[in-house]
Amino acid sequence: MLDVAPRLLTPTTPDEVLEAVAEAAAKRRRIEVVGGGTKRGVGRVDRPEVTLSLAGLDAVLDYAPEELVLTARPGARLKDIEKLVASEGQMLPFEPPRLAKLLGAKGEPTLGGVLAANLSGPRRVRAGAARDHLLGFAAVSGRGEVFKAGGKVVKNVTGYDLSKLMAGSWGTLAVLTEVTIKVLPKPKTEATLLIFGLEDRRAVQAMARALNAPVEVSAAAHLPLAVAGRAPLNAEMAVTALRLEGFEASIAARLDMLAQALRDFGRVDLLDGGLSRAFWGQIREVEAFHKDPRPLWRVSVPPASGWRIGEALAGEVIYDWGGGLVWALSEDAGAVRAAAHAASGHAQLWRGAAGVAAFEPLTGALAALTGRVKAAFDPEGILNPGRLGV
Amino acid sequence: MRMPAPDAATIANKAGIVRALRKIVPGEGVIADDSALVPYESDGLSAYRQTPLAVVLPETVEQVSAVLAWCQAHGVKVVPRGAGTSLSGGALPLTDGIILGMAKFNRIVEVDYENRCAVVQPGVTNLAISAAVQADGFYYAPDPSSQIACTIGGNVAENSGGVHCLKYGLTTNNLLGCEIVLMDGEVVRLGGRGFDAAGYDLLGLVTGSEGLLAVVTEVTVRLLPTPQTARALLLGFPSVEAAGATVGDIIAAGIIPAGLEMMDKPAIAAAEAFIGAGYPLEAEALLIVELDGPEAECAELAGHVKALAQARGADFIRVSRDEAERLAFWAGRKAAFPAVGRISPDYYCMDGTIPRAQLPHVLGRIYEMARDYGLGVANVFHAGDGNLHPLILYDADNDGELERAEAFGADILKLCVAVGGVLTGEHGVGVEKRDLMGEMFDETDLACQQRVKCAFDPDGLLNPGKVFPVLHRCAELGRVHVHRGKVAFPEIPRF
Repeated sequence: MLDVAPRLLTPTTPDEVLEAVAEAAAKRRRIEVVGGGTKRGVGRVDRPEVTLSLAGLDAVLDYAPEELVLTARPGARLKDIEKLVASEGQMLPFEPPRLAKLLGAKGEPTLGGVLAANLSGPRRVRAGAARDHLLGFAAVSGRGEVFKAGGKVVKNVTGYDLSKLMAGSWGTLAVLTEVTIKVLPKPKTEATLLIFGLEDRRAVQAMARALNAPVEVSAAAHLPLAVAGRAPLNAEMAVTALRLEGFEASIAARLDMLAQALRDFGRVDLLDGGLSRAFWGQIREVEAFHKDPRPLWRVSVPPASGWRIGEALAGEVIYDWGGGLVWALSEDAGAVRAAAHAASGHAQLWRGAAGVAAFEPLTGALAALTGRVKAAFDPEGILNPGRLGV
Repeated sequence: MRMPAPDAATIANKAGIVRALRKIVPGEGVIADDSALVPYESDGLSAYRQTPLAVVLPETVEQVSAVLAWCQAHGVKVVPRGAGTSLSGGALPLTDGIILGMAKFNRIVEVDYENRCAVVQPGVTNLAISAAVQADGFYYAPDPSSQIACTIGGNVAENSGGVHCLKYGLTTNNLLGCEIVLMDGEVVRLGGRGFDAAGYDLLGLVTGSEGLLAVVTEVTVRLLPTPQTARALLLGFPSVEAAGATVGDIIAAGIIPAGLEMMDKPAIAAAEAFIGAGYPLEAEALLIVELDGPEAECAELAGHVKALAQARGADFIRVSRDEAERLAFWAGRKAAFPAVGRISPDYYCMDGTIPRAQLPHVLGRIYEMARDYGLGVANVFHAGDGNLHPLILYDADNDGELERAEAFGADILKLCVAVGGVLTGEHGVGVEKRDLMGEMFDETDLACQQRVKCAFDPDGLLNPGKVFPVLHRCAELGRVHVHRGKVAFPEIPRF
């Protein structure tokens, strides 16, 4: 095979997407599907012959704030969507991260990209993931067929929930051409309670205590000293942070309850609205690791086991989701994967080369079933081949 | 309702099948006596009945696996069943298939507060999960009306909702993992106790698959801390429009209530006659708004909601002062189904979802249709998320009334789809709405879904005859290229 640059296709309508995929399907050409292109470095598409950019499918088709739904083309830029819903006092509840700077990428993340990668920010612990907010979609399968699933209302169980399957499939099943998401009112205000100087294990316990209190903690993160001491925080101690969002009177009452629940963990401090927002922006974007050249891992584990990753790697980590999401810097792929397995989780390589697949291959019956599901949508394996290991 | 043509050879071989299954599940775990099969003839959609070939009640995952593998090897169909409370016929038996009853899987395996989850067997009832963790200040959020009886395995299969799902989500939003057994007997674990599993979200796919993809043998559910307080408002309005507009105003004010229910005049009258909850009989529409959280928040938001309702002309306003009063406000709504059962010999509950703004139009059309069909109708409505439950009143003893009720129901659901909504918000497609799937999905959409079915169950033995209006063979689906729904399958039987 000649090593030539893949042909770039830039459709602007679903029909053009269909045409592009149908032609590739007929000729069995491998397609790399791209939105804003910011996450291209995560996982590798095997020898693409066609690059299909969805950036030109960027229209918002319908936004009904009173119905809490928004329908758009997948190439719509995330920042534009967030600006639009903010103008109606609403938000994307799953707090999607951009991560473009983290990945050293230019370009703007798209709505389709964040859904295809099922990326969720700190509010994941309270509001659910991207996958919980994708209500329906239209797409072109690897067979070159247009199909749709789900609906445009917030409550629907008609047919299989293929939206869940599309979210997190990294473009390996179908090319999205339209998505409908659920939006929610934006909280009026927020505040963050900080605890200082906790060891990782103790911090995870503090986060569990907070998340188990009836105060609707909307984010729980921990930065060990080695990370908290870096820019942008430049703190002198480890920092554990717990966010509350909502109406002002409610936050005041809940802060009291939360401080009471956490009284065993030492002195607490408070970040108000603006500072709180800035802090969680840094957590969401993993800012402390932007400039570090080492391979970066995204480890998903049961929250109570999160600290074990930090312990095993003896390296720099950031804990989000109460310990359930661990960003870790490490050159040692074997150690990261072993630590993740030992904690009943898994590790994805998000940046840098570590000599292993970004998405760890599945095994056994689950791998076989996954392969059959992939083949149901993309029997020739033309969509993002190799990216997810399927 | 037509079901797949029974296989005469399978029925003729009942004794042999029962003998083989008894080797896998010994003792009383296989029920084959016709009289003992009667309780399994139908589920919550009791208008439809069929006697299954046999009922198998396994006690271990190994038995489930062996039963399914044996049935696959011998071409015997399997209908999984939890408590049998499905309102769409999801557990309706097949005369040439066995019922795989999961009732004996009734253990709470582990409660893990550190990870805010509980690992339970599928036969545990929805309410039993909350009951087990209540003393420690936790609960499981999805609360279908049948929660005292329905099982978590059935909830996973149907992606069940409840009155609290506007704020807390459906079943699918409250699961972390499950163990499933495929039709070939293979045991697969999906998810775990963390937030993101590796690979495709097969947990999300299996949830709501109505027992067509796999049998669930263990479920890991998320637990939430119980809110400090809850407070309810009863709001009576002189028009459906005013009530609907108030719902819009509440959400526009940034308030997502824990529950947001509407009842129309006939439903109010039925509930009031049945239980005497103190509902305003003169109101055209009643809203029940529940707020939960810290006391300070509930008090503040109750004030907001009250003001919004007044601005829209609410002429009956009550705010619960204590827990007893809050429960009393709910009593009428929760008893709406039996209340309607008292004023009509039979009723048929529909379950479409519509964009909320369409409510006045849709209700108006429903009343017109009721006149045309000569049948009564009462409407209860999960107003926050647009999920409408018209209760069609009929008498099955009157010739043709069931058929008229079914036709009326189908017209309502078609209307829901026509205004931008969907066929079912929480009850599932089952057999009930199977033949209406074409209203929402074209041939290609359905072929994509059926290929997923093939990835799990290539011989189509698990709960066939449900959800899909046309039975395809997997080989055909793999081969045939359906282009924009233009290629039909004229040779394939339709129900």
